[in-house]
Formats: sequence, structure tokens, C-alpha cells
Amino acid sequence: MKYIDEFYDREICDTLAEEIGKKSTGAKLTFMEVCGTHTMSIFRNGIKDLLPENIRVLSGPGCPVCVTPNRTIDHAIAIARLNGVCVSSFGDMMRVPGSSSSLQREHGGGADVRVVYSVRDAVEIAERNPDKKVLFLGIGFETTTPTVASSIKDSSQRGLRNYFVLPAHKLIPPAIRAILDSGETKINGFLLPGHVSVIIGEKPYGFIAEDYGVPCAIAGFEPTDILYAILRLVEQVNSGNPAVENCYKRSVRQNGNQLAKDLVNEIFEVCDSEWRGLGVIPDSGLKIRGEYGEFDALCNFEVEVEETRENPACLCGEVLRGVSSPLDCALFGTICTPENPAGPCMVSFEGTCAAYYKYADDRR
Amino acid sequence: MKESSGNWHISLAHGSGGKLTHDLIKNHFSTEFKNPILSALADSAVLNLNGTRLAFTTDSHVIKPLFYPGGDIGKLAVYGTVNDLAVVGAKPLYISCAYVVEEGFDGESLDRITRSLAEAARTAGVIVVTGDTKVVEHGKGDGIFINTSGIGICNYTLPQDIEIGDKILINGTIGDHEIAIISARGELGLNLKLESDCAPLADLISHVLTTSGKIKFMRDPTRGGLATTLNEIVEERDFGVIIDEGTIPVREEVKGVCSLLGFDPLYLANEGKVVIIVGREDASKVLDVMRVHPLGMGSQIIGEIIESPEGRVCLKTEIGGTRIVDMPVGTQLPRIC
Amino acid sequence: MCLAIPAKVIEKKGTQGVAEIGGVRREVDLQLLEDVEIGDYVILHAGFGIQKLDTKEAEETLDLLREFMDGKR
Repeated sequence: MKYIDEFYDREICDTLAEEIGKKSTGAKLTFMEVCGTHTMSIFRNGIKDLLPENIRVLSGPGCPVCVTPNRTIDHAIAIARLNGVCVSSFGDMMRVPGSSSSLQREHGGGADVRVVYSVRDAVEIAERNPDKKVLFLGIGFETTTPTVASSIKDSSQRGLRNYFVLPAHKLIPPAIRAILDSGETKINGFLLPGHVSVIIGEKPYGFIAEDYGVPCAIAGFEPTDILYAILRLVEQVNSGNPAVENCYKRSVRQNGNQLAKDLVNEIFEVCDSEWRGLGVIPDSGLKIRGEYGEFDALCNFEVEVEETRENPACLCGEVLRGVSSPLDCALFGTICTPENPAGPCMVSFEGTCAAYYKYADDRR
Repeated sequence: MKESSGNWHISLAHGSGGKLTHDLIKNHFSTEFKNPILSALADSAVLNLNGTRLAFTTDSHVIKPLFYPGGDIGKLAVYGTVNDLAVVGAKPLYISCAYVVEEGFDGESLDRITRSLAEAARTAGVIVVTGDTKVVEHGKGDGIFINTSGIGICNYTLPQDIEIGDKILINGTIGDHEIAIISARGELGLNLKLESDCAPLADLISHVLTTSGKIKFMRDPTRGGLATTLNEIVEERDFGVIIDEGTIPVREEVKGVCSLLGFDPLYLANEGKVVIIVGREDASKVLDVMRVHPLGMGSQIIGEIIESPEGRVCLKTEIGGTRIVDMPVGTQLPRIC
Repeated sequence: MCLAIPAKVIEKKGTQGVAEIGGVRREVDLQLLEDVEIGDYVILHAGFGIQKLDTKEAEETLDLLREFMDGKR
């Protein structure tokens, strides 16, 4: 496949890995890959095997399955239980456990819960079923938000009355700042999310290098992209002058996608937001502006959302912040398994706990 | 999914062929029907009736849409059972066929399915000797479900002891069936030219079995895909498997859909594929025989049996790293992360 | 967080188009992009083109990596 396969070149990967080994002078370095799709690519391609021992790659908060709080899932479940309602969502969220159920289990109980590939499919369901109220679970970061914003704008222009969005979008830069402020784990560099950067560009990350002195590299998602970005991080560490380096120039422009940013700004406004494992982070979420309130599920469905209950022993929050390992969690591998996940890090196919479970030796 | 009250319900994942299906069988079925033949959990039971080794299997088919490029539920019903008999080294002979049809189901479609099923039986060289038909109230079924059972005579002793160094072969590209179905359903707006690989493997397998006496094990990787079959092979055994990503045949269209939706081809269902474990010294001989057969032209050696890690399936990635390939939990869903 | 892949635009009507990846075609929404033409590659995420792929930049990155490799050998 054009512009994918060429970035899988094994010889280039070997050379980059070798260079990383040479240049990293044995110092213990921890790089956080913020984006869940980076986590998946690193895992799927076995990139950790190519990295020298002294370099650790840590999964960050950039996965909607991991950071969406119970309350949002419980809210979607409460709406799914209403009559004449259809809840649509990306596949990611189907198996994520809420306080007492999941969208998947509600589907099993007869609720109209549908998986969609694109938010446009949700709008189509609403058009084809005028007698149903169709909800879209609006998860995802800056890459996905413009698509959801366009679904609201299009519906508004076409006078569609039965389409609603439960806003659960989150913003990456404030989450990185929260992790840096918590100072719980020493992070020597950030592998920045390539496709979020396609939308927001390079500038919003400036504070990481300027105020916190931490090297950054915007990375693509194929193996050579990731290895090249890691090499650049090592070189920044060695040179002692941190910067925001764009290693994914074929897709990321310095200013990002202005049209997309304007559309998001027209439909949504920034607000504080709760992140699982990180708590409430100021100005890190999006809510629907008043003039588009008729599409806002928060004020169009009268539902009782159950009281949030999280298994107290679940350490997903600490695992997400890189403070604990899954092996520290009492539920890991016994109560919490891929087929019966207690927390999100076990649900996401390459989530930290799911990955550990695959490699754990004593799980028989 | 276990609820706190201990009560549990069936989920779609129980039908996916992955972990939950295995737990369901092990913890709720095998415990009730305690007998060594069933607990072997083979594709077909092999029974010894005064000297004759008889293979016996059953399979139900619930597929949407009923008609799709490269096949339909009738063809699938025959070939699924024929392949389950062939992979235990049996020559498929007779099959049963039971319909559960929904009140109001279109008669023309029923005839079309029955004609296709009969034709598939002729192609596979089996005879439909018994059957049954039940009708359920409108809205209580999903069009039509078909169960087929089959018997055949085993001429080969399978499985044999698997040894370190044995090679793993597959007869062609993976994922064609599931992607053809997803595309035919039209729910994801995908437009591609791809047919299901649904085909009877008895003839190909008979050639393989006459070529080498070192065929240790065979299985058709249907639901849950190649990854599930390989995990079933190593489960609770004192050996592991390593496969090489670069040698696993995947069509360009299947790779395209997997990139678009975030799927892994190793977990996609097949209906015309067989995984064969053969003694190292016979591997290339068997490969050559497979490649001259119309259903084996894309055959490849994709990996081998290794000493450790035990009970695990490892994958050598195209860029030289390795990763563990685990049993899937449910079916894959389109995702954004 | 953002599965997205380069796909080639093969049809276009207003802000709607059809893109192709590995022989698979799908409708795409191009309203987030300006001046996309047939033959362009776009980064496709959840049914939307979110950026035009800069093919010149892509070739330059590959050349840089190949030179880098030759330099090392």
C-alpha cells in the first residue's frame, strides 16, 4: 500500500535501531508515547525488541478507551436503556466496563447499540430512523473532534431533529502538562501523536520544551517513523537543547489544519474534563456551545446516571500515569482478564495490562 | 460476562471462536458430557466401530448475508463439515442437513440455497442422506439457520506426536472469507472485489496425506482465524510456535480493509484454508504437492514448532521484532485507536 | 487514539469523494480540506480526509532515511 509499505523497510529499521543504541550512551531513558495508536504500532511490530535495554517506552494517556471516565460510559448506558433510542459508538468503547455494565452487555440485553466506522454513519442512522433518537458517543481527541463537529453542523443545516452527541472529547496538550506537573515519573522525551498534530500543528506543544525542558518529536506510525523519532529524541537529550521536532512532515504542517480547527471552535468550547487516572484537568475537554444545544445529549435526555463505582483495587489510573505496573494490581490476571476486564487498560487490545497479560509467564 | 451476582449471560463473543468460546465449552459443556472423545475437542470425533475408524462431526451455520461473493449459506454448510472431516484424515462420505427456517422466508431463496447445497455436496463427493426441517414464528429466527453433520472413514492416524522443528504450512491467503462477508453486508461502505475462499479441502488433503507419512496435525482456521488455531495447537503443550509475518499470505484488499478498520488479519475467519503441521524433512515435498493443486497454489511454510516459550504463539514481525499472538476474546470491531 | 492511513482520491463531487487503499474503495468526506484533486493522497480518519499527504515530503523523508542508511554502511 502506497506511502505505508515503504516505511516498513527492515534495513532502514535495523540501521536506525543500531544508531539509537550507539547514540544513547547507556543512560536510562524513558520516552512516553502519548498516543494509543503508537502503543499499538510499537507492540504490533515488536519495536521494543529493536531498542537497546536502556531505553524504555511508556504508554501515555492518548487512548480513549483508557481515559474515558466511568461516568461517561454509565451515562451512555443509561440513555441506551431508554425506549426509542439508538446509541452508536466507535468499536473501541463497546467492551469498556462502566460501573455495573457495558455497551456490549446492553446490546446483549436487547438495547439498540450499534458500532460505526464514521460519525457520518451515525447521522445516516438518524436520517433513516426519524422515529428514533440517535445518540453518538463523542469520544476521541483533536483528530476525531472535527469529524463530530461537522456531523453537528451538517445536521443543523439540514434540520435533523433526532441526532445527538454525548460530548466526551479530550485535548492532548493539557494532559501532557498534567503529567509533567505531577512529576511522578521521570520522562526524558515525548513521542507526540502524529494525527492529533495533523490538526493542531506544532505550536501547542511548545510549552513542553520551553517551560519543562523536555524533548519532543512528532512521529508517524510506521516502524521507520517511530524509530527515527526515537533517534531524534536521543539526539535532543544528548545535545541538551529540547525542542518540538516534526518527524512526520508528510502529514503534519506547522499550523495544522485551520479549517478543521475553526469548525471545532464553532461547535465546541473548551471546559474542564475528568480523565480516568489523572482526575479533573482544567481546560482539557470540549462541550457543545449553547447555540447547538439541541444536539447536546447532556440536555436532551432525562436520565438517572448510576453512581460511579470503580473497583477500588483497580490500578488502571496509576498504570496510565506510568507509576505502577499491571503486576502491582491485585486484580491482574485473576479477576481482571481480557475476557472479563475490570478496567480499561485490560480492554484495549494493546492496553498496558492486556499487553502484560499476553507476556505474563504465570497466567495459567 | 460475569456479573457480581454470579449469574451470567451469553454474549456475541461466546460465538466468536476465541477465548470465551473455549471457556464456554470447557467450563460448561465438557464438564457435563465427560468423555475422552469429546474432551479431545477435535474437529471431528474419531470412533472405533469394530475395526473401522469412523470420523463424525457437526456444524451449524448462521451467516449474514445469506448470499455473498464466492458462496452462500448452502455451500458453506457442506464445505464446513467436509473440511472438519478431512482435517482428521477422513474421506467424507455422508452428511445430514437440518434447516431451521423463519415463517415468511422467501421460497425462491430457499430453493436457491438448497440447489447450492446439493451442488456443493456433489462437488465434495458426499451424499445428503438424512435431514430435518423446522419452522419458527416470524421474528423469532433470522431467515434460516442450517446444521450439517457428517461421517467419513479414517484411513490415516492423526494427530501424530508433534516434535520441535516440525514445520507449519498454510494453503493460501488468510482473511478472504470474513472480509468478503463484511464487504457484502455493506454496513461499512466498503467497495472491493473479493470472494470468500469457501471450498472443499478433502481432495487437497488426500494428496497431502499420500505424499508424506509425517503429517502430524491439521485444522481449518475458521472463526477466530489463524491465531486461534495456532493457540489451540499449543494450549497446555510443552512446545510453542513461531511464525514469520513476512511469509503469511494476505491479499492486498484484505490488508487495505485491515488498515482502514484497525483489524489484524491473523484473527479473520477463513472457509477454504487448512493449517498443516508436518515433519521438517517432508515440508518442502508437501509444499510442492500443495502448490500444484488448485486450492493450494498460494501455499507457504509460515513457521515451525519451537521449544520455548511453551504454550505460546510468537510472531517474527516484518521489521525483525517479535510479539506474542494471543487468543482473541471477541470479534474485531472498527475502531479509531 | 487516531488510526488514519493515506488513501488515494479517485472520485470527487463537491466535498464528497471516493478514496482507495489497497484496492478497497470507500466514500470519504473532504469538507475539512481545500483544493483536493483526483489523484491526491489524503490522510483518512474515520471516513474523513483530515489532511492532504505531501508526497514530495514523503519522498524526501524516504531519501533521507536511505542516505542515512547508505552513510552508515
